[in-house]
Amino acid sequence: MEIRVDHVTRVEGHGNILASIKNGEVQKAIFEVVEANRFFEAFMRERSHEEVAHIASRICGICALSHNSASVQATEKALGIEVSEQTALMRRLIMHAEMVSSHALHVYFLVAPDLLGLKSVVPLVEQDPDTVKLAFRVKTTAYDLAEVLVGRHTHPVAVVPGGYTSMPDATALAQMRERFIGLRADMRTTTELLKKLELPAFERETEYVSLQQPDHYSFYAGDIVSTDGGRVAADDYLDALSEFLVEHATARHCRWNRDSYMVGALARVNNNWRQLHPEAQKVMAELGFKPPVCNAFMNNIAQFIETVHAIEDAIALMDELLDRGIAEEEIPPITRHGRGVGVVEAPRGLLIHDYTYDERARLVEANCIIPTNQNYANLDRDLEAFAKQIADQPKDDVELKLEMLVRAYDPCISCSVH
Amino acid sequence: MSAKPRVAFFDFACCEGCQLTVLSIGEPLIEVLKHVDIVSWREAMSERSDEFDIAFVEGSINRESDVPRLKRIREKAKLVVALGSCAALGGPHVSANRFEPSDLLKLAYGEKAGNYEAGEVRPISAEIEVDLPIYGCPIDANEFVSVLKHLLLGRPYRVPNEAVCYECKLNGYECVFDKGMVCLGPVTRCGCNAICTSRGHRCFGCRGLVDDPNVNAARDVLEEHGYSLDEIIGMFQIYSQRAPRVQQLAEAAAEPQEKRSKGSEPWRFGSTT
Repeated sequence: MEIRVDHVTRVEGHGNILASIKNGEVQKAIFEVVEANRFFEAFMRERSHEEVAHIASRICGICALSHNSASVQATEKALGIEVSEQTALMRRLIMHAEMVSSHALHVYFLVAPDLLGLKSVVPLVEQDPDTVKLAFRVKTTAYDLAEVLVGRHTHPVAVVPGGYTSMPDATALAQMRERFIGLRADMRTTTELLKKLELPAFERETEYVSLQQPDHYSFYAGDIVSTDGGRVAADDYLDALSEFLVEHATARHCRWNRDSYMVGALARVNNNWRQLHPEAQKVMAELGFKPPVCNAFMNNIAQFIETVHAIEDAIALMDELLDRGIAEEEIPPITRHGRGVGVVEAPRGLLIHDYTYDERARLVEANCIIPTNQNYANLDRDLEAFAKQIADQPKDDVELKLEMLVRAYDPCISCSVH
Repeated sequence: MSAKPRVAFFDFACCEGCQLTVLSIGEPLIEVLKHVDIVSWREAMSERSDEFDIAFVEGSINRESDVPRLKRIREKAKLVVALGSCAALGGPHVSANRFEPSDLLKLAYGEKAGNYEAGEVRPISAEIEVDLPIYGCPIDANEFVSVLKHLLLGRPYRVPNEAVCYECKLNGYECVFDKGMVCLGPVTRCGCNAICTSRGHRCFGCRGLVDDPNVNAARDVLEEHGYSLDEIIGMFQIYSQRAPRVQQLAEAAAEPQEKRSKGSEPWRFGSTT
């Protein structure tokens, strides 16, 4: 059986599945990445520190806020810019807007059609308009939060190293808080819907890598940890992760303790589930998610669990910001120049921006490690193992299920090639 | 031919943020979609068709191997709309044209550079005829809906050709220069409703330059604010590296050494000196 899916649909970017199965043996199963490189690391050089975050967010349309956040964090560390408590709170809140909008896009629009036997969400517009409206509501509410906070989700306008060119309007933020509270009902409805859906049974023991903070579930900054053991500070990521090239991808692959690892919602929930909001832990139990979970398809459930968490924590952070009173603050000064590493958990996993600036605060070197890069090697291992498990099924089924596995990873392909 | 116009979305080198901006219209999108048949949209659906009337194409071209796919889209479509600044201008990565493709490949892929392909970053109009551009990085969702309405009604759409200053003033925002910062608003095409200056930032020029931009005057103003010619060219190149007047500026700067200003002192965000 020869399988070739050119340009897998309902994923960001261009990638193909190639599989060759003979007499139940998988001879090849790979995800080919054919996306054009845009060379961000090269052309961001020579740009001033004030332009870099603007450009960096454009690596990705879906996770623009993550790139923007990792970028300003790297710049602040490189230039010794100390951010205020208010800015730190804003950074965490922005990541929640990103997480909810991205996970909603993936779970409702890109993955759900597979589980309902549909080719897209379009037929649902007639069949189940309430659910489609719910999906749009969750996504749009998160987008609107980003708009209130930083002007726009794709691409943010008010973020600069050190803070913001203007702070959100308190009334608008208070309205967002009410709308986020309104999403709780949608989370309940979605939990009930997900209980009825069945994900493919598949397990392969995997190394999971994510950020970790001592006191909260981290999407912004922290140490890098692995389920195989190992913890490094963000600055020392090169001691842990290594990138390498393969012939079948215009993007790099990654490894740490073994030949592949996985990042993203599944990795984060596996590593940090004890820090999830109680409501998210409740949903986790209801959906039968018992960490550690080694089924890549459960990444979608992990995304939903994180959506519940992000909504609850966003409400708490909005309360804190509103209670403190939102203040316009001066941008703190540059105190040094050199290297800085910014780390965030993008919706798809660990994202690293590593910058070096010269004395004029111009970028001289950049290295960006994208979540999807880190997942490619693991996706190939999973494709091989899953293809072996379903090798006796009809070709159309094998093809669809391998596509579903790719989609479960929620790859962000153009981002990975950057 | 079906009664409703058949619409398809395609993308080349880009972040897909413009297609996402279309999705971000949210529930009102359902209403819009009642008037068209979306027949191909790889990012959002698995249904595919080669029969379409309107093609929205996001992304720029930077590999020869992508050109045939773009040309096939042109052959099939009655109308091709360049969706966003990558397709319309080359996008933020157009500034990669400052470097040789072979150097870019070496930086990205090291000794395996020979296995990969890179070329000049260019808008899709460099390869095919484009009926209408929608500028912006990303596009403005309202402008997308407006363009679609015009296309459905068969009425000509006027691409905005005023400077961002025009919209900024209409909104009554404080001038960025008055705040001691600099801005590309005076020479940048509007249509964004001055979103960046609405939040206190400056215009980065994401919609490209207006027709017949006075780049030299903009340069003088920026120099008065303490920016070196190198920095000014760099600012313009982010989105308009291909604009003839920016290229002239870059060429002039590359010639006699004494004309180039020396590097400025280390500066803080928002400082003018």
